[in-house]
Amino acid sequence: MAEFLHLLASGLALGGVYAIMALALVMIYQATQLINFAQGEMAMFSTYVAWKLMDSGWPYWRAFAATVIVSFIGGVIIERVVVRPFARAPILTSVIVFIGLAFIFNALAGYLYGYSVTSFDSPFGGRPLFGSGYMSPHEAGAVLVSLCVLAVVYAFFRFTPLGLAMRAAAQNPVSSRLVGIRVGWMLALGWGLAAAIGSIAGMMAAPIVYLDPNMMFGILLYAFAGAVLGGIDNPFGAAFGGFAVGVMENLVGAYVVGPEVKLSVALAIIIAVLVWRPSGLFGRRLVARV
Amino acid sequence: MLTRRSFLQSGVTAAALAAGAGPSRAANAPGVTDSEIKIGQTMPYSGPASAYGVIGRTEAAYFKMINEQGGVNGRKINLISLDDGYSPPKTVEQVRRLVEQEQVAFLFQTLGTPPNTAIRPYCNEQKVPQLFVATGAAKWNDPKHFPWTIGYNPSYQTEARIYAKQILATKPDAKIAILYANDDFGKDYIVGFKEGLGASHAGMIVKEATYENSEPTVDSQVVTLQGSGADLFFIVATPKFAAQAVRKSFDLGWNATRYITNVSVSIATVLKPAGLEKSKGLITGGYVLDVTDPRYKDNPEVKAWKAFTDKYMSAAQYIDANAAYAFGAAATMIQVLKQCGNDLSRENVMKEAANLNKFAAPLLIPGITINTSPDVYDPIRQLQLLTFNGTSWEPSGGILQG
Amino acid sequence: MAGRNGASQIVVALAVAVFALCFPFFASGYHLYQGAQVLILAIALLGLNLLTGFNGQISLGHGAFFAIGGYGTAILITKFGLPYWAAIPLASVVCFGAGFLFGFPALRFGGLYLALATFALAVATPQMLVYKGFDAYTGGAMGLQLSKPHAPFGLPLSADQWLYLFCLAFAAALYWAASNLVRGRVGRALIAIRDQPIAAETMGVDAPLFKTTCFGVSALYAGVAGGLSAIVVGFVSPESFGLPLSLAFLVGLVVGGLASLGGMLFGALFIEFVPNIADQLTVSFGESAKALPGAVYGVLLILVMAVAPLGVAGAVKAAAGAARRAFSSSR
Repeated sequence: MAEFLHLLASGLALGGVYAIMALALVMIYQATQLINFAQGEMAMFSTYVAWKLMDSGWPYWRAFAATVIVSFIGGVIIERVVVRPFARAPILTSVIVFIGLAFIFNALAGYLYGYSVTSFDSPFGGRPLFGSGYMSPHEAGAVLVSLCVLAVVYAFFRFTPLGLAMRAAAQNPVSSRLVGIRVGWMLALGWGLAAAIGSIAGMMAAPIVYLDPNMMFGILLYAFAGAVLGGIDNPFGAAFGGFAVGVMENLVGAYVVGPEVKLSVALAIIIAVLVWRPSGLFGRRLVARV
Repeated sequence: MLTRRSFLQSGVTAAALAAGAGPSRAANAPGVTDSEIKIGQTMPYSGPASAYGVIGRTEAAYFKMINEQGGVNGRKINLISLDDGYSPPKTVEQVRRLVEQEQVAFLFQTLGTPPNTAIRPYCNEQKVPQLFVATGAAKWNDPKHFPWTIGYNPSYQTEARIYAKQILATKPDAKIAILYANDDFGKDYIVGFKEGLGASHAGMIVKEATYENSEPTVDSQVVTLQGSGADLFFIVATPKFAAQAVRKSFDLGWNATRYITNVSVSIATVLKPAGLEKSKGLITGGYVLDVTDPRYKDNPEVKAWKAFTDKYMSAAQYIDANAAYAFGAAATMIQVLKQCGNDLSRENVMKEAANLNKFAAPLLIPGITINTSPDVYDPIRQLQLLTFNGTSWEPSGGILQG
Repeated sequence: MAGRNGASQIVVALAVAVFALCFPFFASGYHLYQGAQVLILAIALLGLNLLTGFNGQISLGHGAFFAIGGYGTAILITKFGLPYWAAIPLASVVCFGAGFLFGFPALRFGGLYLALATFALAVATPQMLVYKGFDAYTGGAMGLQLSKPHAPFGLPLSADQWLYLFCLAFAAALYWAASNLVRGRVGRALIAIRDQPIAAETMGVDAPLFKTTCFGVSALYAGVAGGLSAIVVGFVSPESFGLPLSLAFLVGLVVGGLASLGGMLFGALFIEFVPNIADQLTVSFGESAKALPGAVYGVLLILVMAVAPLGVAGAVKAAAGAARRAFSSSR
């Protein structure tokens, strides 16, 4: 039983990270119909920025806030400078550009910060929660932060005029322009937001998985799985998918098949879900008009 | 392809031959002139194993330092290090380029078991020395079948056998749980460990768990391993995952004796992230000195290492255990070249590489030396048993030979 | 296709063929190895192009079929004693089966989901190759070593020359087959399914059959390439078939030009030589920049896409069109 609770707890903690990353992926997908393969590397780079700030003496929450803002700005710049020129190109061209971005961020991080494993502080302290060892304070904090991010993003899109404008630009760019919405800037904002969210995911993950340039690859993978599971066009489905994948990964790896085939099992899950429900558990089912 | 460069080089070599050597000596290797020795190398500078690229960079910097001091017997070292991305087809391509186009004298510290396995037949066919391969697989010690290939790292199997014997001697009724990487590195350890325990004690292993390098964390594997009721935890993992395993096993309150492989013992880059308190009691068999261990802060070799990284590298590389390892390997190469004197034929280079006698390469734990002979291509066979006491790695037994 | 355009295409094709045939007689062993790699990659890209370029099914996981071909060939040679020239066709038939089977669930999900599912396949491949249960056949993490075949019938060719010509023969045959395929009825059906799937079905095209068969054929091509690679390199291990390989295929496909068979040669040249160029460029930046070949490669990818968003084939077509417009008088 203890084992099960441990697995559940760590599954939820990492699942929260997957959920946040899945959310970032969905945001960009909804706006541009593209999957940003560089999302993980951007998040990793942001985490290094945070680490560098803390290394220079900044207190945690100040470095956290600065990193989120810097990542937001970075995301906007990348969209305007690198992604925008390919807006009219075929989808696969953009995919190659994203792959190129991923290479750049990964190599840059290795060059600037080296490849040694680096520890990253958690703001939630080291004392066991409620006196038991089932969930570390950071794990609990990470889940909390994930839920907060989801709530804030939901509130932003649902209740603010800017959020409404972004949703409109994503769903119907032509009509939005007619209403006066600057669609181009909405896309840039979307990228900025996704980058900011990604940086939060990185900062929540780093205390658990340790910071190194290849930190986010596995996480991105599971975030994809979560987004597919939940439905790539539904932010909350994707987030649910992230949590589900995190928990399933641990439980399946421990009780059903050995960890040797965890990734193959993830693949099998993706295919099984897609065969049964092609748009994911909560995605919108697309019906084509003939 | 006959390029102008290769034509000139062969001309120079011919002239050097005509000018110099006596009749009984083999010709100098290609890539060797009166003023230069060309050495080839492949390293994973890109791709998933790029963390090890620092080894190539350290060796290049070391040779630069030697060149600034005048080189070896008046010859400067020219290290041509190419990226293979840890992909065997690419390694074959780059090695063929080094041998056939760049005309290097020999290969030095090519990295990785799969890459080296792919090029070994070629090197032995072409009689190009494949020196001091940067990997710990046991297969490199095979002078009978592959006389041109020689290893460097203490073999993983030997290390694991040493641990097994130590466990049989100190905790013969232990229940063992093993975490290991699902690749050649991890699997080689398991083979050696099981061999060391012997068939009669195979039952001591109560649970094994693997992990993939692309996984974010091994926390769930550690939980499962603890659940098996084991009281001895053998961690066969690279630094990131080793740190996670050390931390998690402590956080779970798992009171097990913990053995850890010597690739993941750096205080600065593994134990500090895991937590120094949480790393207390770890046991390993080390061979490279941990430059971040306070016990060695006055050691002259460590001081020389610091001066070296200050001048030629960076602070991040000072604490990098891979860089410290490469420093010793480069010095070993220079020692071989010194021993060759003026006979830099491939045959003689191979002969001297197999003729190292108690060479104390820098940054090896005091007492451990490099020894090779024509029958034994296993340069480092000794390991010092160490236990971590919360601040430093204390010798906790003798220097063991596998 | 205008007569003039067709004539120039034939001239180019002939020039390439002549060069490819004469190559072994002036190239060094090292360059022959590279040449063989280019041919192998081109074969895999041809297959991928059939699936993605002509049939619109995005696959990010062709490294998996390449791996099945490579390991299949290696296992047939080492464990079953088959000669290499028999092992490759046999292994590629297995790949056809695997691709065909994968095509079934792929029918249910389109575009992006297929991309993600094949991406997961690419990532899972090395893990599946190391699976303990298959160790006896795959050699586990240690891989399998193959000996290099020599020229048959006592032909006066070195092993390198023979292997290059062997790969060339396969490449030429498979290119010819693909070329006929896309020009014929099947090709039109595939393109119709890509562009207007509903209209195609109403016209009587059996979309599921075509799509799964296309997947199978595409996998077969990748399998042949994998088998050839196993023989030319002489070694297979899980590290040879990871995600970077599948990504390289995608890069080669897009850089060469979707739905352009000839472009696949450019794609193959790109993924074979540009990483080397990236490596050389960083050398000139000094030792400390040795960490950056990845970054340089990334920048090059983006630049190439900016200059030629439709790949080399697209750029050539655009340039030829512009040249024609510039030089034509009465249109």
